[in-house]
Amino acid sequence: MAQAFFGGVHPNDMKAATNEKAIQQLPPPAEVVIPMSMHFGAPCTPIVKVGDHVKVGQKIGEFRGLGAPIHASISGTVKAVEPRPYSMGGSMMAVVIENDFQEELSEEVVAPADPDALTVEEMVEIVKNAGIVGMGGATFPTHVKISGGIGKVDTVLINGAECEPYLTDDHRMMLERPEEIIGGATYLAKMFGVENVIIGVEDNKRNGIDMLNKVIAEKHAPVRVQPLHCRYPQGGEKQLCQAITGKQVPPGGLPSNIGCAVFNINTTSAIYRAITKGMPMISRTMTVAGSGVVEPKNLEVPIGTPIFHVFDACGGLKKGTYKLIMGGPMMGMAQYTVDVPVGKGTGAMLAFCDKEEQTVAHPQCIRCGKCVAVCPVHLEPLFMYQYAEKGMVDELNEAHIMDCMECGACAYACPARMHLTQMFKTGKQLVKDKAAADKAAAEAKKAAEEAKAAEKEAVTK
Amino acid sequence: MTDYKNLKLIATSNPHIRGSETTRSIMLDVIVAMVPALVWAVLVFGLKALTLTAVSVIACVFFEWLYRVLMKKPQSVGDLSAVVTGMLLALISPVTINYWMIIIGDFFAIIVVKQLFGGIGKNFINPALAGRAFLVGSYAGAMTSWWNPAVGKAPLFGTPEIDSFATPMSYLKNGDLESLKGLYGIKEMFLGQHGGSMGEISALLLLIGGVYLIWRKVINWQTPVAYIGTVAVISFLFPKAGTGLEWMLYSVFGGGLMLGAFFMATDYATSPVTKKGQLIFGIGCGLFTVFIRYFGSYNEGVCYSIMVMNCCTALIDKYTKPTRFGIVKSDKKEAAVK
Repeated sequence: MAQAFFGGVHPNDMKAATNEKAIQQLPPPAEVVIPMSMHFGAPCTPIVKVGDHVKVGQKIGEFRGLGAPIHASISGTVKAVEPRPYSMGGSMMAVVIENDFQEELSEEVVAPADPDALTVEEMVEIVKNAGIVGMGGATFPTHVKISGGIGKVDTVLINGAECEPYLTDDHRMMLERPEEIIGGATYLAKMFGVENVIIGVEDNKRNGIDMLNKVIAEKHAPVRVQPLHCRYPQGGEKQLCQAITGKQVPPGGLPSNIGCAVFNINTTSAIYRAITKGMPMISRTMTVAGSGVVEPKNLEVPIGTPIFHVFDACGGLKKGTYKLIMGGPMMGMAQYTVDVPVGKGTGAMLAFCDKEEQTVAHPQCIRCGKCVAVCPVHLEPLFMYQYAEKGMVDELNEAHIMDCMECGACAYACPARMHLTQMFKTGKQLVKDKAAADKAAAEAKKAAEEAKAAEKEAVTK
Repeated sequence: MTDYKNLKLIATSNPHIRGSETTRSIMLDVIVAMVPALVWAVLVFGLKALTLTAVSVIACVFFEWLYRVLMKKPQSVGDLSAVVTGMLLALISPVTINYWMIIIGDFFAIIVVKQLFGGIGKNFINPALAGRAFLVGSYAGAMTSWWNPAVGKAPLFGTPEIDSFATPMSYLKNGDLESLKGLYGIKEMFLGQHGGSMGEISALLLLIGGVYLIWRKVINWQTPVAYIGTVAVISFLFPKAGTGLEWMLYSVFGGGLMLGAFFMATDYATSPVTKKGQLIFGIGCGLFTVFIRYFGSYNEGVCYSIMVMNCCTALIDKYTKPTRFGIVKSDKKEAAVK
């Protein structure tokens, strides 16, 4: 039975270009650039220096606080440890490794003797040391999600919605590596102590659903597949929870607030590889597609591979390519250089050379209210736009702009082609700046009062 | 291999794709939805219906273009909203008015009501209705003399002598259902063989246009259903004459209700943005329409009732905000207890 969440849009899924193409191994790149921030949280500290020899799977970045360690994805020599362009804009400290093409596996990669005998703590430790983060794009450290959720979570969901157009790597994983997904889901069930895990899959991936069900039946796994009607943003964590459980995550909260934990298909299979083979997260599958790509493909790519190498493996880019997008077309980030590397959260690289970009010179809101009807978090984008445009911070707060997850559904649906999502990024920054300024002002006032009081005291003495 | 150095890349915000609907495509749909009513007007009233509409459309587009040029603002004629206004104003006018009159109405609608408030999406009253209200105030005689389609077609030029022909609305005002039934049956009323404003007479064709707009997702069903439903229920419960059902059918098919409910009350700029708000808006329009028809000094209340509700739109928007995501009923109760 397929279920639903509120709002959303139905973009053309554009998946036919790659959904029947098997995942290929990318030819090893001559050089990888591994940024020290590929997770939600503070960047890692590099623990190798220029000239060091590193092996596949060797830890090269250590995290502090919220984060996940980073490993070498190829063997070779560290050529540089310096800031390099990176996918979130600007530059980020990165370890640059020159490939020796030996593919030597690090001694640090050790498969547990009996994976099924591991305790929950041991499994969480393995996930942590493997540097696994949410591979759907949010890159939240997985071990934190698991350890923080144990005891609170009664529903474990695997996100196989893949609602972004063009993207097919999750779909291919279902078809080609279903035992990894089901195996990973079984370990998650064990870690959380739940009876079964639910995999949500949109019903445009019928053969993926069938394949998963087949493996579940063979292995008698504690897993159930839930088909879902196609709608963007089904793969949003909160929307998936709503579609499957009917519950809504409270404002500013996490799925664990309503007893849910959500893991991406790729993350689940990474958990499986870490627990059974000791393999850290050093590669990922991704879709390379869009009108600008000569030969669209699904690829397995070492983390840190510069994107020009990825495009080269797909026959290069067509003439007139004007936009490169890391991620899906709805939420992905446009890149300004081909030197940025593939990160742990990079599910796709798209290149556009056709008329995908549709802007008008002077967009003018016509108040049609379609943005309100499609907003999955019940906001009123048309009013938020006006407030953000005029810098009305209090009104933005009242309109709950911080609930906006920038899914782009409003801008997609907007017949006037308003730059809604872009304006909300600006608006959120205004709100953050105001909050920071207010806090600083309050502290300064407090300090001044204290100084005054101290002075008074000194005088009276 | 690809020359990556010379790529001209743009790095704009997500989303990188857009839906196929545009302001222009929406306005085009509205125009298409009005065509059946316009064709019917030509068949019933003669060629003057077409020429008057054409003059009105040209005038609206011209005023819009002129204002944007004079004020050095980006040109907005291409969105076709001025065409819609021109057509609507013609359709809610009597076929016999002079061409220069409708041009004055167009001027008021486009320049004063729409552009002076900032153009499309910024006006708070429906421009076509305001244009009509302005004409009624200025040329009360011409705007309330109705051509009798039974005597033939209206002349193309000049103001014809009209011997106080009454529309169904004046019979309803007086509660004289018997005389009205003698003139037109329910079927004639539904198909539109009576007098009235050019585009308002055929309930059937307006209904077809309205259903088309709902099917194309240009408008939501909430506003027209709430509007027509409210008028129907009150007329059914409180008939001035005859049985409730008869009175209700004449009230719903007569006058500008169908045109107003599908094409005027659903105007984006001047109606609420949420579906809940649109329900309230429709009910409000229905109440005011019945009140004006029953107790007011005008025979017909559609135009003014929608304009009154236009003024309430901001208020309705304020009180029909969607419930914040993640706040469920039990949370609200808890908050109330606290």
